[in-house]
Amino acid sequence: MTASQSLVSLCKAGVKRNGRWLVRNINLDIMRGEIITLIGSNGSGKTSTAKMVLGILSPTEGKIKQDPNIKIGYVPQKLNIDHALPLSVARMMELTEPIGHDAAGQALAEVGMLHMRNAEISTLSGGELQRILLARARARKPDLLVLDEPMQGIDFSAKDAFYCLISAYRDRLNCGILLISHDLHIVMPISDRVLCLNGHICYSGKLQDIATS
Amino acid sequence: MLDNFFLRALIGCVGITLAAGPLGCIVVWQRMAYFGDTIAHSALLGVAVAFIFRINMTLSVFIVMFMLVVILLLLQRRQSLSSDSLLGILSHSSLAISLTILSFLPWVRQDLSVYLFGDILSISKLDLLFIWAGGITALLTLIRLWQPLIAATISTDLAQAEGLSPERAKIAFMLLLALIIAIAMKIVGILLITALLILPAATARRLSKTPEQMAVLSAVLGALSAISGLYLSAIADTPSGPSVVVAGFVMFLVSLLPFSQIKKIGQMIKS
Repeated sequence: MTASQSLVSLCKAGVKRNGRWLVRNINLDIMRGEIITLIGSNGSGKTSTAKMVLGILSPTEGKIKQDPNIKIGYVPQKLNIDHALPLSVARMMELTEPIGHDAAGQALAEVGMLHMRNAEISTLSGGELQRILLARARARKPDLLVLDEPMQGIDFSAKDAFYCLISAYRDRLNCGILLISHDLHIVMPISDRVLCLNGHICYSGKLQDIATS
Repeated sequence: MLDNFFLRALIGCVGITLAAGPLGCIVVWQRMAYFGDTIAHSALLGVAVAFIFRINMTLSVFIVMFMLVVILLLLQRRQSLSSDSLLGILSHSSLAISLTILSFLPWVRQDLSVYLFGDILSISKLDLLFIWAGGITALLTLIRLWQPLIAATISTDLAQAEGLSPERAKIAFMLLLALIIAIAMKIVGILLITALLILPAATARRLSKTPEQMAVLSAVLGALSAISGLYLSAIADTPSGPSVVVAGFVMFLVSLLPFSQIKKIGQMIKS
């Protein structure tokens, strides 16, 4: 595993905002075909780390190297859905680039939302919106998929199927996946590596190792 | 043909509203109405500057607005006050400063209402050129900024992560808005410009399914309110700028009517 193969590589990276370190000393390489899960309590720097990976926050210290041709699909934790903006599900799918009717339809079918294609975004429930967001990010055929708490509002019974789907994306797109979650029990089986954050990386390893420790 | 002042006003006003409609949609979606008001108010400072240094008014108004946008962005970086308060400070301070300066220029004071409410008679052929060239430039630039602006309305982080540079698009949009306000000032005046941006967009909202539909529709509705407002002002001898805004407001009120229910009642009466 050399740095040249990785999609994104953080080296001793840290972010400081308003005199406070949000996160420090992060070493992280994300490869194709790998699912990495970030866990940690509130304020532990999960989202800050993800935002560095995405290039939204630039590190105050350390370095970040992003593959220059990388294509990212992002499912953020929060959205501003304003009723003043008329936005159907179909238009939402093409929010950042044209996707094409068939590709969008296929991605929606995978998350079971094809029947909602013409629905207005502001009328959807939290779980429905979450599914649409995942389908949108996937329909871009990204090299790197970053999912910030993708399970918000998803029914407990549907969570297993949802994780299977994420795992299937990895195989089909051969993309790297960075998953942010507090839901450790279900995340574990599909993660290749788990990073436990608490202002810094306090544990990093394969899932078998974390189970034994 | 263009020697008829009413025709000049009509062509100028339609040109402005065609550009203001789609820009206004972004203003509504990004909740920038107060920002629009603020830079419009600072236009009066541009008027004062133009009188002091004897330079072209549209140019000086645009320069003053440009500086205001820069100051606003710098203050927002410090994050010690909300944008809302910052806009309030800048809006009324610039208005007060310009009124103070203008008090030293007694000959301007008499025509102050021209800048506040617009004057249809003042539109020259050169103004028409400014309006249409500026309007077309604004629309073409807006088309290029469209995707990042829409994406940023939903989530700035998402737009940036997926490579759309939303911050740059937003700054460019602020300058576009300044451009449109600078050229629209002569027609509706600085106190009513924001209405031209917001009313057609708000009216179009209930009638559209996609952002693109809403943008096109608000341009059309804006042009309609310009035409009907100007005819109203010609017939009833009312001031032109306010008449256009009143026409836009009436359209907005009509759009609020529950059309589907009215249809039902109509059918009931027939049967």
